[in-house]
Amino acid sequence: MAPDSRAAIEAVWRLESARIVAGLARMVRDVGLAEELAQDALVAALEQWPESGVPANPGAWLMVNARHRAIDRFRRNDRLASRITELAHQAQDRHQASIVNGPADFDAVIDDDRLDDDLLRLIFTACHPALSTESRVALALRVLGGLTTEEIARAFLVPEPTVAQRIVRAKRTLADRRIPFEVPPPAQRAQRLASVLEVVYLIFNEGYVATAGDDWMRPALCHEALRLGRVLAELAPDEPEVHGLVALMEIQSSRTRARVGPDGEPIAILEQNRGRWDQLLIRRGYLALLRAERIGRPVGPYVLQAAIAACHAQARSAHDTDWGRIASLYQTLARLTPTPVVELNRAVAVAMAYGPDRGLDILDALAAEPALRDYHLLPSVRGDLLARVGRTEEARAEFQRAASLTRNARERALLLDRAEACAS
Amino acid sequence: MRFLMTMNGGGPQPDQQLYAEMERFVEELTKAGVLLATGGLDPAGTHIRAADGTVVLTDGPYTEAKETIVSFALIDVRSKAEAIELSRRFWAIVKDGEGDMRQVFGPET
Repeated sequence: MAPDSRAAIEAVWRLESARIVAGLARMVRDVGLAEELAQDALVAALEQWPESGVPANPGAWLMVNARHRAIDRFRRNDRLASRITELAHQAQDRHQASIVNGPADFDAVIDDDRLDDDLLRLIFTACHPALSTESRVALALRVLGGLTTEEIARAFLVPEPTVAQRIVRAKRTLADRRIPFEVPPPAQRAQRLASVLEVVYLIFNEGYVATAGDDWMRPALCHEALRLGRVLAELAPDEPEVHGLVALMEIQSSRTRARVGPDGEPIAILEQNRGRWDQLLIRRGYLALLRAERIGRPVGPYVLQAAIAACHAQARSAHDTDWGRIASLYQTLARLTPTPVVELNRAVAVAMAYGPDRGLDILDALAAEPALRDYHLLPSVRGDLLARVGRTEEARAEFQRAASLTRNARERALLLDRAEACAS
Repeated sequence: MRFLMTMNGGGPQPDQQLYAEMERFVEELTKAGVLLATGGLDPAGTHIRAADGTVVLTDGPYTEAKETIVSFALIDVRSKAEAIELSRRFWAIVKDGEGDMRQVFGPET
């Protein structure tokens, strides 16, 4: 096959597969089966399109092809057939009826509003909390992102069979536990949405921690997560946390070019060249944050983290940073998600806003925290604050301790330099 | 990957139906998380030419509408093939005319 033709089909697949799987899943009530049918349709396209040319509406072609396959399967499988006939009787709409008669009406197949609902159902189902986190992430990338198992494996630095296993297990769990293909009822909505957002942000962070020399699929995860977030924001526009997460990812992405130095070394936010921040993404982040705030519901952790990111984005120089506002946002965040890492960040903001002593007070309370025992940032931050108040001996010990805890060689060198500087 | 899709002037006058179809297409791109920005351009622009530091401005409109960009869309996709596919869909709606597709070096490039 000509490489162009293959690339064109793959592009169609990446653009359309989630909606195709979603539409099919509504029909067969089984995400695993829906994905298989869609894959079979893709194989048919790979066989036929190079000869016949890419059809005018390739998404609809794939959908119709996969639907035919579903109908064939029903005819061969009595159990499924009786289930779908029953469903068709229950359904008032012509779409469900058309399954039994075959998809005669092309427009019905590509009814956009309906596919939007299906896509939202698919997102909630693929990210169901009944699945392990790893399975959710793999299944989401597979059915929502259209990534191949091999691509997911490369992105997460795990063997391909491991990813295949996770996906198989996820599909089986959904089927065995009869997880309904639906948008969760109001009582479960908040918890289920949190599970979806967690998956999206995990994907984003996995890409964000990629380093120079990594496979390009790793940083591509950031883009994939951002795309998923943007899609979700259109499907669930009334959820402040969805916009909050999108805003957070847009603003974090805006710093991509500034956060790594020419030799691949990480550059901390206050040292970044702000001229390299992407203003288009920053503005999109502000807009998403505004959408979240306009809904007028109490803010959640993603909105707060986005608001903190926005504070940095707004400052023309590191010196202009509104640390008082950041400290108060961290305080609110610490009330909602009282984790040691949030406290640590709050200590930094408080120290910047009100002086190192106030920051040290917060850090002292964290000293016994088991979760931070081996976390190099705690002694690193503490060393910095101690140095600023002139407690150089203690500062030096903290920098040395931080250096012994970090796994990053560049960071270790930097910390040892600082320890050295305290001695002189 | 960011791509700037531009459409040149000189195409057929858009009618009500074309506007409606375009609106649907733009909505589709937004829902797909692809569209970053879009807009129409006033054909009566100002041409700027600098030679050895001397700047000369010439007001439009230009004689050749076909050479003037009248609208653009900035999209965010995962591959060049995706950009081509979306471009194909756009031009299937417009039917006649011409334009360009250029990669914009963005945050990840």
